[in-house]
Parts: sequence; C-alpha cells; structure tokens
Amino acid sequence: MKPLLSVRHLTKWFDVGKTGPGKKEVLKAVDDVSFSINRGEVLGLVGESGCGKTTCGKTILRILAPDGGKIVFDGHDITSLAPKQMEPFRRRMMVIYQDPFGSLDPRMTIGKTIAEPMIVHRTVSRSDRRERVAEIMGKVGLVPDQIDRYPHEFSGGQRQRIGIARALATNPDFIVADESVSALDVSIQAQIINLLQDLQQEFSITLLFIAHDLSVIKHISDRVAVMYLGKIVETAPKKRLFDDPKHPYTQALLSAIPVPDPKKRKKGNILMGDVPSPINPPEGCRFHPRCPQRMTVCDRKEPKQKEAAPGHFVSCFLYD
Amino acid sequence: MGGLTGSGIRNPILNRRIAAFRANRRANVSLYLFAVLFIISVLAEFVANDKPILVWYDGKPYVPIIRTYLESEFGGDLEIEASYRDPYVAELIMKKGWMIWPPVPYRYDTIDYELDVPAPAPPSFSHWLGTDDGGHDVVALIIYGFRISVMFGIVLTVFSTIIGVAAGAVQGYFGGLVDLLFQRFIEMWSSLPSLYLIIIITSVIQPTFGLLLVVLLLFRWLSLVGVVRAEFLRVRNFEFVKAARALGVSNTTIIFRHILPNAMVSTFTFLPFILNGSIIALTSLDFLGLGLPPGSPSLGKLLAQGKANLQAPWLGITSFVVLSLMLSLLIFIGEGIRDAFDPRREAG
Repeated sequence: MKPLLSVRHLTKWFDVGKTGPGKKEVLKAVDDVSFSINRGEVLGLVGESGCGKTTCGKTILRILAPDGGKIVFDGHDITSLAPKQMEPFRRRMMVIYQDPFGSLDPRMTIGKTIAEPMIVHRTVSRSDRRERVAEIMGKVGLVPDQIDRYPHEFSGGQRQRIGIARALATNPDFIVADESVSALDVSIQAQIINLLQDLQQEFSITLLFIAHDLSVIKHISDRVAVMYLGKIVETAPKKRLFDDPKHPYTQALLSAIPVPDPKKRKKGNILMGDVPSPINPPEGCRFHPRCPQRMTVCDRKEPKQKEAAPGHFVSCFLYD
Repeated sequence: MGGLTGSGIRNPILNRRIAAFRANRRANVSLYLFAVLFIISVLAEFVANDKPILVWYDGKPYVPIIRTYLESEFGGDLEIEASYRDPYVAELIMKKGWMIWPPVPYRYDTIDYELDVPAPAPPSFSHWLGTDDGGHDVVALIIYGFRISVMFGIVLTVFSTIIGVAAGAVQGYFGGLVDLLFQRFIEMWSSLPSLYLIIIITSVIQPTFGLLLVVLLLFRWLSLVGVVRAEFLRVRNFEFVKAARALGVSNTTIIFRHILPNAMVSTFTFLPFILNGSIIALTSLDFLGLGLPPGSPSLGKLLAQGKANLQAPWLGITSFVVLSLMLSLLIFIGEGIRDAFDPRREAG
C-alpha cells in the first residue's frame, strides 16, 4: 500500500541573522526528517517544546517553504509547487491549530469562519453553503443554531470544535492537528480527542497529530514518531513504542509520564539539563549531552536510522 | 443571550463602547451640541436666506428656496427671478398674501444696501452679529461657513482615510522590501514643506473646492499610514490570518475580510482628530487668502476680515468663538471615542 504522505529528508532552516563577520547563523528547526503516513492512519509526532514539531507540520502543508527534501502527497511531489498549482492540494490538506482563541477571526461569525474554506475552494455552491455548515457543526458537536454567533461567545473547547469544523469543511484527506488539545482543560481535552478520533474514523482521515503530551498521543495514534532537536529519533507502532522503547530519549520521555498514584512513584531516568539550542546543535548525536547511555562514538558521528524490529525505526548507536 | 440574532444585540463589544461613550458626559454633550450646530448649518438655506421660506400669493403656496419664480408671476413687470428683499416685490406679494422669512433674512452673499452706518456695521437688531466690510450679515456667513468647513473636513477626511488605509495596509501586510521602500518614500514626502507647496500651487491656479481638496489630500493621507501599518504588522501575525493563508485565501481577501476589520478600531479613534486637522488646514489657507474662491463663505476669511478691521471687533471675536467652539467640540468627541475604544478601560 502506498502511503498517502511521504516525507523524505525534509529540512527547514531559519536565518537568525549574522552573529559575527562572515558568520551567518541558522536555526535548524527541521533537519533531515523522513517519515510516511498511510491512508487513514494516525501518526503521533511527539517531542519537547521547541524541537521542531510545529515547523515540521507547517512545512509539510507548505505554509512554510521547505529548504530541502521532498514531500510527496498522494503520489504528487508538492515540494516546490507554485501557489496556483498548490491550490487543489490545499483543499485536501487542512490544519487544526493549537490556540482556540487566536485561530478564529474575532470579527467573523463562526458560520462564516467555517464556510471560508468552501468559498476559497469553491467546493459548495452558495445556496447549499449554510446547510453544509450547519451539518458540519452538528458533526463536531456544536448546535447549528449558533451559526451566527461570534467566537468570543464560546468556550475554549467549543472554539476548538469550530476550528475542527473549519478543517473538515472541504472533506480533506489529510489533517495536521497541531497541539490541538494542549491549550484546553484536561476534561475538555478528552472530549476533543474523542471527537477527533470519531471524525477520523468516520471520514477515514489521515491525521498527523502533533503533541507534547504522551498520554494524549498514546490515546489517539496508530504509530508514533519521537522528535528531538529537529530530528526524528524513533518511529514505531504505538504499542511497540510504549512497551519497548529503544532510544534513550524515548525511554526517558516515557518514564516521565506522571502516574496518578503517589505510592507508585517510579525511579525512571529523569533527564538532566535543558534542550540545547537548535542554532548550534551538538555534534554527532544531538542527544548525547543528556544521554544516560552515552558512548564515545556519540559525539563524533551522527547515528543513522535503523530498523530495530519490523516497523520500528531508531537512530541510535546502541542498536548498531 | 440565547437565540437573539439582532445585529444590535449580537455585538456586545460595540454596545459596551457606545455605553462607555455615553458615560463620558463631556463627549456626549459635545456630540449633541455639534450635531445640532451641524444640522442647523446643513439646513442653512432655510435658516439664513434672502428668500422667504414660504410665500402665500393669490391663494397658492410658493417655495422660493426650492423653485425659482419670476417677478411677473407675482404681478411685477420683469421676466427675471423675483427679488423678495426688494420693497416693491414685497409690497406686490403682501397685497395678495403673505411671506414667512427665515430667522436670518440674509444669505452669505446678500449685501445689505440699507445699512445706517458704513460697513462693517456693528451688531444690531437687523444684524445680530453685525456685518463684515462688504455688508454681508455675519450670522449668515457663519452658518454657511460652518457648513463648508465641516463638509470640506469630512470629504477630506474620508478620502485621506481611504488612501491612508490602503497605503498602510499594503505596507503592513506585505512588509519586507515593499515596506522599506514605501517607508523611505513617505519620509521624503512628509519632509516636503507642504504649506509652501500648497501656497505655490494655489497662487498659480485659481483654487476651487475640488482643487483645494486634491492639494490638501496630497499631504493629508500621510497621517493615517503609520497607524494602519502598525496595526497590520500586528494583526497579520495572528493565527487566524495564518489559518486563512494556509487555506489558500487570496491576499486581497485576507486584507479586506480578516485584517481590515480588526485594524479599523484604532484607526477609527484617529478620525475625529483628522477631521479637526482638515478643518484647520482649510481655515488657515482661507485666512491667508489662498483658499476657497472669492465670494465663498468661510470662517478663515471672516477671521482675516477681523484682522483687517480691528475697529470692528465683532468680526474677529465671532469667528474666533465659532472656530474654537467647533474645534473644541470635535476634540471632546474625539477624546470620548478614543477612550471608549480603549481596551484597558473596557476591561473595567
């Protein structure tokens, strides 16, 4: 089966200006990232804040222009399409944002907000638009009577439903959910995740779910990719990753999941220090300064991605 | 809020702003006072005119302000428009009917030939605020002058807002090189000595209402560019704008549908002050004798007359009082609007 989306050696660097004579510094937000997502699959992308998850999502959607690598969507190379040629793909690739307050225009009724993708891509005729908007609102658990209300009249959870409705408006094949629940209360998070999951199954949408919260990822994903400082360090089916994490970073992440039982405090390996700056990432393996199992080779050579088990890829010298 | 969809109820932000404006007594009173003055001046033809509002002649009504009647229609000899101030015409009409005169029976260009003293005549019962040195009634001049000032100000404000917002929007939205070049151009343009240029232009070409508008517009539009540019630079980074861009919404649509409504709030608070500035600009040109063509009613010209006729202090005092009243009212209204739109006050 051919994957719906395949990303090869994707890079996105940002110029951060000159720091000295002749020295131009770049922030390597996404550095040589490769993965693919099958049709109808949910890939969870997890990592600390600042590791490049969001940039990765935006670059795939061509909101940011990639600096290298290849993005293949449904058999078409969309890496460097002109805006006009990109248009038919924009209809099929949508995004749900993190901030349920900032991502909705405060001066547009939610009906207009949800209808905007339909207008831009001319997928629904003017006469059917209102009906279709009401239908989608029903799907995401909003009352269609609220179609003429403004965003400030809604709670965070409801606003996120509006954002989801907007993303669904053109029947996309692929949605990037960029930290879509992290701004919400825990109780609301569960509702929104379940909603996303239901919708994903109902419309067989392929989902790239970006989050920093492992328990959320565990709930929704089929496969999980772990990102650290612009690189993907481990990719595996969900069950494998949570049962048998290979990369020391993944192991540390998993041991940091809080357990709601004060007596069962685990002794896991808590990482020391902070994430190094992506402007001058460490030589060799980027994780080596914090790695509890560091070897001599780690600060000299960069590890290659290897298949440690079927479908389980890891970039670490421990598995050479 | 349940189920209400009336647009007045739907927008509580606007309602709160209106309430905040109403709570500001000075601004509120100023607004009403200015509205009354403006309405009077808009209806100037019915308040100060050398034609009666209504003539009842031979059992039929005549409305000279709206329609032109010949003297012969009232039994006179001439086939020209009846001159109602002429005692002969008045007598003809009064024989078979009556006339209702406006409160001020003079237009701004009516010359009173029956003054007891040489013009400028001091205030009297027939001329409440006296006449200027051409024998024109000052009250009539002020009513018409007020109207032309405010009208000119409003038209100039509207056009300079359109141009200023468009220029600021382009700069702020596209940013980068466009912004850089545009900003340098604006710096050069705004450092031109605008008043001298206007004086040179208007001394070469006989100024009219339209020409003055264009000439002042050349420099007035600059006043809004900065604010709009800053607002656009702020709003274009909001996530909902990025969301629209990710959807593939065109730049024009993003500017008009998403950014402009969100950027207009702070722009709007500037408008009363721009209106004020526009009125002052016209008045100063008129004062210098480079403004509206001779014969037009204008507060600036009245002010110049006051300066030229210091023996007739009612000219200078009247024009000063009217100008300062008008400008102060506008400033008070502007302050009220600005405070009502201030989000920090809104929070309370």
